[in-house]
Amino acid sequence: MKEIINLPVSNIEEEEYHINMGPQHPSTHGVLRLLVSLQGEIVKSLKPHCGYIHRGIEKMCEKDTYPQVIHLTDRIDYLSAHINNHAVCLLVEKALEVEVPERVKYIRTIMDELARIQSHQLWWSSFGMDLGGLTCFFYGLRDREMILDIWEETTGSRFLQSYNCPGGVMQDIHPNFQKKVHAFLKTFKKKIKDYDRILSGNVIFENRSQGVGVLSKEDAISYGVTGPSGRGSGWSCDVRKTEPYSMYGQVQFNEVLRYECDTYSRYMVRMQEMHESMNIIEQLIDNIPEGDHSAKMKAVIKLPAGEYFQRVESARGELGLYVVSDGNKTPYRMKFRTPSFSNLSVLDHISRGMKIADLVAIGASLDLVIPDIDR
Amino acid sequence: MNSFFKYFSDIFHGVKSLLIGMSVTGRYFFSPGQIVTQQYPENRKNLQMFERFKGEVIMLHDGNNQHRCNGCGICENNCPNGSIEVIPVKVTGEDGKPKRIIDKHIYHLGMCTFCGLCVKNCPSNALGFGQEFEHAVFDRSKLTKVLNQPGSSIIKGVE
Repeated sequence: MKEIINLPVSNIEEEEYHINMGPQHPSTHGVLRLLVSLQGEIVKSLKPHCGYIHRGIEKMCEKDTYPQVIHLTDRIDYLSAHINNHAVCLLVEKALEVEVPERVKYIRTIMDELARIQSHQLWWSSFGMDLGGLTCFFYGLRDREMILDIWEETTGSRFLQSYNCPGGVMQDIHPNFQKKVHAFLKTFKKKIKDYDRILSGNVIFENRSQGVGVLSKEDAISYGVTGPSGRGSGWSCDVRKTEPYSMYGQVQFNEVLRYECDTYSRYMVRMQEMHESMNIIEQLIDNIPEGDHSAKMKAVIKLPAGEYFQRVESARGELGLYVVSDGNKTPYRMKFRTPSFSNLSVLDHISRGMKIADLVAIGASLDLVIPDIDR
Repeated sequence: MNSFFKYFSDIFHGVKSLLIGMSVTGRYFFSPGQIVTQQYPENRKNLQMFERFKGEVIMLHDGNNQHRCNGCGICENNCPNGSIEVIPVKVTGEDGKPKRIIDKHIYHLGMCTFCGLCVKNCPSNALGFGQEFEHAVFDRSKLTKVLNQPGSSIIKGVE
């Protein structure tokens, strides 16, 4: 008892304490553990602990043939599964110098943009929910259901489609595809106005997001924060513009840039991107050319020995795919440069000095998908 | 004086933005237009899945309990995670030559990721996707299925 009384009284105001945010925190949307050092409720520093959902996808890819790899890339970033598949297919086609039919390019681009829209819808839903607006979650998921139905009809799956294959797509589009996409565009153009009315102009939302988590353009570049998070800092980093693939070189769309560099700016970039994605789909959906849905490929796909790199713009940023082939039917090494991993690395930098409640808003604005971080 | 006005205009704009948001929720509350919620266990009888829906891998049988699988094993080679095992047997055909036919086509539903490579690559279109999606069972061993029905044989001319 005597020892306890004689303990030196430290200055509680100066002392930091550490709390774990996650791995089961509702705002991390997955198993991400953030070790947060707090002084009062001000974040002094933050350490992400990754690896809770590490499945060793890169290693698993080494025993799979190239068509088999595709179903694993679905599971990296499940919200942009089509786009991940697209990256593998582009890389294989580039290595084998296969020219895919025009129809395939159209279908893939439309599917990519649908994936981007539904990913942003889910992000909007969870962003609203993290900041206390549960209504957003219901409205976002309600509209996302239409895209999932379109996919289910054409690809057979709602979520992890594995729709692309080297040389083309697995099946031709369903006869109802164009009609349903038109119906979706018509509905969603009305609904996205509701999104703005509920959340974008809301006073509570504005006060919690404006000026919070400022990420300067220089920092965005040096940390490699790509995608809508990087473009919210004014960095023009859209792979669809800088290195157009599939149909992106031939459609008219704007790269959305905002210069406020805060959470609100990253939010507005994604809201604008949904409009741009709908714009891209509208230009393509009526002009899908007739033809085969797949190029003729060999039964066993062997890439010539060498190194290959392909990047695509996924819903969260730049997805890079690096393959070393030794001439066999399986890759010698496959490395994914996933956008969420780089975006997570900046979280410590931009949340220092903010309140712990702001950390939820900042984390939501970076749109982290945890399997994308851990792979 | 300026901050005084700002104080009240902030309150006004704040209340206005909240009312705009609540007008949207109120509109959906009183006139939802379209009810999107499906009452799942109640609507089981008329629940229709899309024709391409990937519920499970099945072997297509015709009315005479005949299938098109000749046991070549291409589906087994294409499966990324070993969910398919083809067990062939050698029998003597009608012309007296030894012939390879399928004994068991084993499918592990619990390991399947529904990538669709087996169905796509089957040279004789013996496999397809079933519409069944209620796969919950009490015992894991029930997820291992034999796809060729008992007593089934191969359609003549497919070999």
